[in-house]
Amino acid sequence: MLCENCKKKEATVHLTQIIEGKMHTIDLCEECSKSKGIDDPMGYSLAGLLAGMGASKETKENQPDEKIPAIECPECGLTTTDFKKTGRLGCPKCYTTFAEPLRALLKSMHKSLEHKGKIPKHFNASRSVSEKVQQLQVLLDKAVQAEEYEEAARLRDQIREIKKEPARKSKRKAK
Amino acid sequence: MNFDEFLAKSPTVTGKKGPHDQIVMSSRARLARNLVNSPFPGWAKKNERLKIFEKIRETIDKIPVMSNSFSESMDAITAVDKQVLVERHLISREHAANGIGSGLVVSPDALVSIMINEEDHMRMQALRPGLQVQEAFNEINNIDDLLEEHIEYAFNDTLGYLTACPTNIGSAIRVSAMLHLPGLVLAEQINQIIQAINKLGLAVRGLYGEGTEALGNIFQVSNQMTLGENELEIVERLNKVAAQLIEQEENARAIVLEKSPKLVYNNIGRAYGILANAHIISSKEALNLLSLVRLGIDIGLFPGIGRELVDDLFIRTQPAHLQKNHAGKLSAEQRDTLRADMIRERLLKVNRPLPEISGNKK
Repeated sequence: MLCENCKKKEATVHLTQIIEGKMHTIDLCEECSKSKGIDDPMGYSLAGLLAGMGASKETKENQPDEKIPAIECPECGLTTTDFKKTGRLGCPKCYTTFAEPLRALLKSMHKSLEHKGKIPKHFNASRSVSEKVQQLQVLLDKAVQAEEYEEAARLRDQIREIKKEPARKSKRKAK
Repeated sequence: MNFDEFLAKSPTVTGKKGPHDQIVMSSRARLARNLVNSPFPGWAKKNERLKIFEKIRETIDKIPVMSNSFSESMDAITAVDKQVLVERHLISREHAANGIGSGLVVSPDALVSIMINEEDHMRMQALRPGLQVQEAFNEINNIDDLLEEHIEYAFNDTLGYLTACPTNIGSAIRVSAMLHLPGLVLAEQINQIIQAINKLGLAVRGLYGEGTEALGNIFQVSNQMTLGENELEIVERLNKVAAQLIEQEENARAIVLEKSPKLVYNNIGRAYGILANAHIISSKEALNLLSLVRLGIDIGLFPGIGRELVDDLFIRTQPAHLQKNHAGKLSAEQRDTLRADMIRERLLKVNRPLPEISGNKK
């Protein structure tokens, strides 16, 4: 049997994996199996390999995504076809570009579609500022409506103070 | 520090003590991080990759914990040395195939390593002996905190840390424990156990990866999902499963020793016999027999001998490690001879196993 990847050498690595209840097999020579990283403990997927080679009949037949229009990422130029080939996205922006087709995929891979866990500090800081400002703004509007001008002035100053924060933060960064 | 100095100074996790290291050989936590507004390594053009590589390398240099590290561009590491790094689990096989524009930074104790421009801009991992998943995570989390003071990461409010492959987004964390489970294999319970673990959303792999045999009765358990759970929940679940596995393995060992002690003594005795006398031995056979000797040490058949003897051989009998010590390219046959020589030599100071367990020793 010849290797399905290079089609030159004798296939000595025979892989079987069950993906979505269907059995897929692939036969590779030792070199191709190594170059595809098949014996890597940190995550090799037959699905990615099959998609990359376009070898599996199963996956082809099962693709209902003919309907999905070809999209291209404005930031990095990756297309839907590129993504299907490699299973990898081109840049962080791709997650926005391909948000629609990705949703079902992410759903099948993960526990939920909402990140829980660590947030980078710079991101956290800017988010909490805008959240706080929003909350204070609501209170401020209420105070104005209730004609409590003293309270409104206090809130207005507080908002101004918070909005200044980012500038102070970047100063700290510079040192 | 050049590569050979680094290798000589920092052997491996082996020989270092950790909780439950009789069964849990090592714990690892790995984070994937990417720079904001930059194409992922697999899609970036060469000059972009080079720029990102330099930027990250400079940033890592600023971190005190990573000072005096071994830091190198992948094109400056020889093929054999890359393979040595793979055998020590410091880089992935994919990363070994990378050249210019990719790199590696390893702390002097070899417990922290950062792959630059592998599949993501950064893959950083901390390794700990024994069951110390939380400690490994704390260490790598701390390094991540220090790095993010200098670089802005690609991060999205709902999807978390963005990675080249959608399987890693969110917390972008992979925690794993490497376990030695000869008892469960001998008791023929391992397949059931693996299925049960899979149902909990954890993956079980062999020593060298998915789809490969669990050589040397060594199994790697790691989380699969990264989005929708925080880091501590993920660490906690792996800890719980590892604790269960330790208990199950201890039970399995006690039961096979009780029910069929001769079977166990026979396996261990034969393993010792072959290892101590073989002149030609493949890597696979060596791993499987060394595993049985390790079990013999655990249950007290080799008094005075420590596990590190076996753990060290697990690594040093791997192909690239053998090649590293010899000038000129070795064929597979030559390696099998050298491997057998090395093992015979190391086992000279190990007496043949006791005929049975003395007293009540577990």
